[in-house]
Amino acid sequence: MSADIVLWLVQDGITTGAIYALLALALLLVFAVTRIIFVPQGEFVSYAALSLGMLQTGQTPGTVWVLIAGGAIVAVLEGASALARREPARLARILAVYVAGPLAIAALARWGAAHALGLWAQMAIVAALVVPLGPLLYRIAYRPLADASVLVLFIVSMAAHYVLSGLGLVIFGGEGLRTNPISEARFDVGVLKIGAQSVWVAGASLVCMIALWLFFEHTLVGKALRATAINRVGARLAGIPAGLTGSIAFVLAAAIGAASGVLISPIATIYYDSGLMISLKGFVGAILGGMASYPLAALGALGVGLIESFSSFWASALKETIVFTLIIPVLLWRSLASRHPAVEDEEE
Amino acid sequence: MRAQAVLAAALLLATAAAPLALPEFYVTLLNYIGLATLVTLGLVVMTGVAGIVSFGQQAFVGIAAYATAGLTTLAGLSPWAGLVASLAATAASALLLGAVTLRLSGHYLAIATIAWGVAIYYLFGNLPLLGQYSGIDNVPPVSLGGWAIDSGRESYYLIWTFTAAALVAERNLLASRLGRAIRALRFRAVMAESCGVDTASLKLLVFVHAALLAGLAGWLHAHFLRFVSPHAFGINAGIDYLFMAVIGGAAEVWGALVGASIMTILKEWLKDWLPAFSQRSGNYETVVFGVLMLLLLHRARDGLAPVLARLLPEGARQRPAQVAAPAREAPPPAGTVLLEVHGLGKRFGGLVAVRDLSFAMNAGEILGLIGPNGAGKTTVFNLVGGALAADEGEVRLKGSRIDRLPSREIARRGLRRTFQQVHLVSRMSVLDNVAIGAHLRGGRGALAAMLRAERDEERTLLSEAARALDRVGLGEHLFEPAGSLPLGSQRAVEIARALAGDPQVLLLDEPAAGLRYGEKRALAALLDRLRAEGLGILLVEHDMEFVMGLADRLVVMDFGEKMAEGLPDEVRRDPAVIEAYLGGEAGDRGQKNLKPETGS
Repeated sequence: MSADIVLWLVQDGITTGAIYALLALALLLVFAVTRIIFVPQGEFVSYAALSLGMLQTGQTPGTVWVLIAGGAIVAVLEGASALARREPARLARILAVYVAGPLAIAALARWGAAHALGLWAQMAIVAALVVPLGPLLYRIAYRPLADASVLVLFIVSMAAHYVLSGLGLVIFGGEGLRTNPISEARFDVGVLKIGAQSVWVAGASLVCMIALWLFFEHTLVGKALRATAINRVGARLAGIPAGLTGSIAFVLAAAIGAASGVLISPIATIYYDSGLMISLKGFVGAILGGMASYPLAALGALGVGLIESFSSFWASALKETIVFTLIIPVLLWRSLASRHPAVEDEEE
Repeated sequence: MRAQAVLAAALLLATAAAPLALPEFYVTLLNYIGLATLVTLGLVVMTGVAGIVSFGQQAFVGIAAYATAGLTTLAGLSPWAGLVASLAATAASALLLGAVTLRLSGHYLAIATIAWGVAIYYLFGNLPLLGQYSGIDNVPPVSLGGWAIDSGRESYYLIWTFTAAALVAERNLLASRLGRAIRALRFRAVMAESCGVDTASLKLLVFVHAALLAGLAGWLHAHFLRFVSPHAFGINAGIDYLFMAVIGGAAEVWGALVGASIMTILKEWLKDWLPAFSQRSGNYETVVFGVLMLLLLHRARDGLAPVLARLLPEGARQRPAQVAAPAREAPPPAGTVLLEVHGLGKRFGGLVAVRDLSFAMNAGEILGLIGPNGAGKTTVFNLVGGALAADEGEVRLKGSRIDRLPSREIARRGLRRTFQQVHLVSRMSVLDNVAIGAHLRGGRGALAAMLRAERDEERTLLSEAARALDRVGLGEHLFEPAGSLPLGSQRAVEIARALAGDPQVLLLDEPAAGLRYGEKRALAALLDRLRAEGLGILLVEHDMEFVMGLADRLVVMDFGEKMAEGLPDEVRRDPAVIEAYLGGEAGDRGQKNLKPETGS
């Protein structure tokens, strides 16, 4: 293996690793705030990538139907609870937010598909389509079970993954899509030719991470999320509403997923069912990092990207097997590092 | 009982006659249901009952199927040799996976099983030896003394013989000593440890045994379908199996049959109907399954089996026959030092919960541990009982150090405890809850339990449990779910569970809280008798009247330190104690408050 191949593989690994790192951060964030192992995170990635692809081929992304249906379900749920509490005044706001809002976004997407917009405008439409799916999903699937155990919430996640990936097949079809890169330019660095898209991916991931750090360190909402992550009961007693922190965590997760989707779609063909594998690689990264520290999770995910890149060179057919088997030595190491076995009771 | 037997006989007859009456298509469907039931059965016990979530059972099915398919086609071995190899391969892989993950929190195992399932799928699909994505065909049928089981109808009998046997075996397992411990794993592992159950090994046993059921299904799958390919062992198959277990619920083993039937039939039905709505082909049924699962988790988290169980006739349980108590170690003579605590210390971060605490307790003595809220009494209990590890100091039980031992080892040496917040398995009967306390007095394994070969031992354990319940005055409530008793009675069940372990040292954390006056007097009389039998009892209690009237000596704690020790009368007059209890001015009111009040 020559040096330029090594360099090329490293560059390739860092590009995908940067995306996995973003996802690992989102997964860790959701787990810390809500105790949800958020498997459907990958569906935001595939929905964003495929929505962008459909916009670029002049079609209205099928995502609009998921958004409208999700909004309608939440409108019914919220409307019923408003009526049960004899607060009919809330109905107008519920209709505006959960029915009119999605319809407006759908109209925007339809208009966007009909006009040859620039890439940035298309990305903005994709964000408007995908980000609201996060809090809608939280409201429908998770919030009614907010006090359930981690393992019950995990099963809910698998059910939500089933629904979203199945709907993905309905609205996007079985064909994979690849989108136009932000820039086609290539830079010669020594023996390497680095694609501008790779630079965009790495740069955008870094910007996202810095933005997240600033959000957690310097905003009241960010601090509320951190407080909830450290002590749920304490945060609730201090007046931080659990449902709100959950919704915010899901907004962030969906936003990170949408960003990852539009970043990855020019360098990899995304299918309706690519989400699960992408999520899982984020989880492997987060576990490599111990499922607690954001920087370690990001580094772990970068490691997953590198291992994937090198194993696809050495043993391309066994690439996935190698990446996913990696989790076993890591867990063994963590298991040995924890001296006492975890004797813990699941919350009843 | 009669109605149940009739129902079971009718079911057996229907199962035996089904392939004679049904068209081939339905026989095949029933074969698939049988295979899925085997896998789901393992999950019902593992996930539903024991709370260990796995999305990777299809990988064990696959490993077994490939092991037998490979050996019989490539090496020409008999399918029965393939069965041995299948089970050995699944057990080995489950042991490896379980050993690295079961010591960690539950969600690690769940994630690991997904990752592992994906890894195995791609491994099958890419190894040229295993035929890559086209798999291995021409797998020979199972033959039984020259009879080749090669039609769907014949396979039906093979599959359902194994499935029915597994259903009975699992039911027996859950109704045994190990089964009670397994039923405590999910919500009450800390309690089980305190009764001497090695929960880590038990979880591994449960995990491996579920994998073996999946392996059995894999072996049957390979020889029934006569070919194997990776597509049957993708990650969605693993998710489907878990969903089957959730549909059936954790309450009954036949929930596996319910869940597997519903999912398998629904899948077949959706395959026919969904293409009518859409021209594209693909896994649309996942939408339906996902929505159903969400509805179920939101509306009926316990699954459908409990709902169906209400329609069935109920069998009455009989009080276990009184069996002679097993031989027991003679209690040490009164006055022997049983428990010594020396220089004990524990910090939680910056908070010093216990500092330099020393005391000793003798056989035939009740030692009261009192102090204001937050004084560190429960922490002392957790340190002595082994639920927490001490930072400093040592604890000796009958002369040997126990402060580095896990609570199950301390239980083995004769110390039992109750919990301030009752730790009962609320859906299990009172008798079964108490029998967990006698766990260490039996030793038969899972296989004996499945075959009901441990009934002698079981009779002794249940008889001991019933005897302990008689002692606390709950002999009339043996078969009620523990969670349905009032709180005061639940505390009594805790004491009975501790007594069922035949302890020499008893740690009671606020046993009188929530008891009525009459119940308190009965409890005091019981503790008095236990003391006379030579037990040493460490008692944490807020009810001063109760503790002053009962304890031989008192240790008073405040802010984690010992502030006084002595006879109840001395302690009651100690000005420092009065001040700690009343804060600041210790006056007549304090004196009065600490005085035992004579009944009202």
